[in-house]
Amino acid sequence: MDEEYDVIVLGTGLTECILSGLLSVEGKKVLHMDRNDYYGGESASLNLTQLYRKFRPDQAPPADLGRDRDYAVDLVPKFIIASGELTKILVHTDVTRYLEFKQIAGSYVYREGRISKVPSTEMEAVRSPLMGLFEKRRAKKFFEFLQGWKDEDPTTHQGINLDEDSMKTVYEKFGLEAGTQDFIGHAMALYLDDDYITKPARPSYDRIVLYTSSMARYGKSPYIYPLYGLGELPQSFARLSAIYGGTYMLDKKIDAIVTDSDGKFVGVTSGGETVKAKQVIGDPSYFGANGGDGGKVRVVEEGKVVRAICFLKHPIPGTDDSDSCQIIIPQNQVNRRHDIYIAMVSSTHNVCAKGVYVAIVSTVVETDRPEQEIAAGLSLLGPIYDKFVDITPLYTPTSSGQADNIFITRSYDATSHFETVVEDVQDVWKRVVGSDLVLKKREVEVQN
Amino acid sequence: MSKQFQFKLVLLGESAVGKSSLVLRFVKDQFDDYRESTIGAAFLTQTVTLDDQTTVKFEIWDTAGQERYKAPMYYRNANCAVVVYDITQSASLEKARTWIRELQRQADPSIVIALCGNKLDLSARRQVSQEEAKKYADEEGLMWTETSAKTGEGVTEIFTAIAQKLPLTAPSATRAGAGRAGPGARAGVDLNKQAASSGQPEACNC
Ligand SMILES: Cc1cc2nc3c(=O)[nH]c(=O)nc-3n(C[C@H](O)[C@H](O)[C@H](O)COP(=O)(O)OP(=O)(O)OC[C@H]3O[C@@H](n4cnc5c(N)ncnc54)[C@H](O)[C@@H]3O)c2cc1C
Ligand SMILES: Nc1nc2c(ncn2[C@@H]2O[C@H](COP(=O)(O)OP(=O)(O)O)[C@@H](O)[C@H]2O)c(=O)[nH]1
Ligand SMILES: [Mg+2]
Repeated sequence: MDEEYDVIVLGTGLTECILSGLLSVEGKKVLHMDRNDYYGGESASLNLTQLYRKFRPDQAPPADLGRDRDYAVDLVPKFIIASGELTKILVHTDVTRYLEFKQIAGSYVYREGRISKVPSTEMEAVRSPLMGLFEKRRAKKFFEFLQGWKDEDPTTHQGINLDEDSMKTVYEKFGLEAGTQDFIGHAMALYLDDDYITKPARPSYDRIVLYTSSMARYGKSPYIYPLYGLGELPQSFARLSAIYGGTYMLDKKIDAIVTDSDGKFVGVTSGGETVKAKQVIGDPSYFGANGGDGGKVRVVEEGKVVRAICFLKHPIPGTDDSDSCQIIIPQNQVNRRHDIYIAMVSSTHNVCAKGVYVAIVSTVVETDRPEQEIAAGLSLLGPIYDKFVDITPLYTPTSSGQADNIFITRSYDATSHFETVVEDVQDVWKRVVGSDLVLKKREVEVQN
Repeated sequence: MSKQFQFKLVLLGESAVGKSSLVLRFVKDQFDDYRESTIGAAFLTQTVTLDDQTTVKFEIWDTAGQERYKAPMYYRNANCAVVVYDITQSASLEKARTWIRELQRQADPSIVIALCGNKLDLSARRQVSQEEAKKYADEEGLMWTETSAKTGEGVTEIFTAIAQKLPLTAPSATRAGAGRAGPGARAGVDLNKQAASSGQPEACNC
């Protein structure tokens, strides 16, 4: 290993793989390593053997769950927003050619003990039990206002300044009820808590527009999902990187991050050898998360997420037997500060055997009894065949990396989509490369 | 009525056995002694005409260094795999066996696997006998042949043999357009198409 690389990337989670792919396309010489013998790190999708090895090392998967190879169980439940930033990266890098996507069949929201579909068409909106007749009229005015908004045309502003007025002001202007606010802020703007209400309305506006345009794109829900699970995403970007010259080494224990006397990055030691590079990028687990492995701790915990992976033998009750869905339980509905999410996929998405449904219930941990915090979500699922509960700390880097050339990504948060993952990619890119990430279209490479 | 089938074909095998050279010979009828790996080539396509009525288009996924670490994505949905060894390196047959075990365990059960002993032009330095390889292939129910990417011997034949076998084993893979083919292929959402028709030309400095 006497070669010198431009960048060493540690961990093959989605964030690292997107960066590795984009850096290789940019012409950087990339070495990408992972301690595991599979791709995906914290954002991997596991087969049954891997899943049981992780959660129940001394138990074999039960035979009636079917074949190992039929399973790809996501560790982090997220969906792709159809018009979101990850979709743009997938299209621009042409990584879509390695993947096949399906819609998520429906999006639901919990209100007063029952779940209702988030309307995806005007017809559904008219029939929806989520609002009374008068409230529907008010909501219609609100959505027309958002749809008609043009920054350059003050006549569309109706006296509102999105950059100064709070979302509260906007809700009040249209006289929307608390339940409707919950619905808009949590099921559409996808906020996890209510902090957004007192902040300027612009980001909420952007998120609602993103939601509605994504909904309009394919029809059933704003989300799409890759066949064979989310773990296909990092693998696809890893292939992009490899095709542009990136070198892959999996199943490599990282012994040390080597720095010089000024603390600047020099290289990575693995198996007694040190590989040198100008810069290193890696996920928090390589930089002192989980105790530090004797090395320097370069990340700090920001909170925890609890995720319960549940195998069901039936669709989720009340979802019209949907093969996949998202259910949002807004925090106010269950006296919490953070929403509870349910993300469900099934054999339609080639992630489990026929007749099995994989639902992941998750939330941001607020107490010292995390599993109880998701009880409201678990109770919507009906009988649970098996359940794997994971409590994951969320880490963030303690420094930007510009001083020591050590660039650390963030853990996968509790949001239901990949927008914050892409934000992290853009942020790390800017720190590593020194300029904004501009997506270039790949040259067409299919030859005949 | 003419039929076109499209299939995904992956190449597997130890480093330097000649996977990329076999593809280059098959697709472009070229050979290069000092071939650098082609940066940026994800896959090549080549069409085999079986008769007036039937053509088979291969979407060929050559290794890009990623799949050596068993990326399931690589052989996901593959209709056929060509597992290559070098007849002058007996260790490369061992590596081929581990690949075949992996495919049998994880790939689609209908996958057609061809075992291919390459560098036939170097048979003076042969370490893997035809008998040994053929016996193993028969036991596992694999197609088997020997090739030379250098002289071209056996190359078209192996791909044609696969093309002949495939439509029989995977009849539902008939696909008119491009994209991932395979028995499990279903119409999903097309991100590219939707992006184009959404009316908003996306910023792109190409
Ligand atoms: C330093 C090093 C560490 C490795 N660590 C592991 C490991 O931990 N686990 C594992 O399963 N495999 C590892 N490999 C890869 C493995 O030993 C073989 O290289 C691999 O099986 C060849 O696959 P391929 O046929 O797709 O290679 P190809 O892509 O066809 O290889 C083409 C050329 O690149 C060279 N090459 C291949 N891999 C590397 C690499 N990583 N760095 C530099 N040159 C390379 C080959 O020697 C060959 O000359 C490592 C390789 C190297 C060189
Ligand atoms: N003599 C001979 N050399 C070959 C043959 N096929 C490939 N090679 C050489 O073997 C080396 C490795 O080939 P390559 O296609 O890169 O192997 P890959 O790593 O499996 O893709 C190159 O130097 C080729 O020129 C062959 O059939 N005969
Ligand atoms: Mg090669």
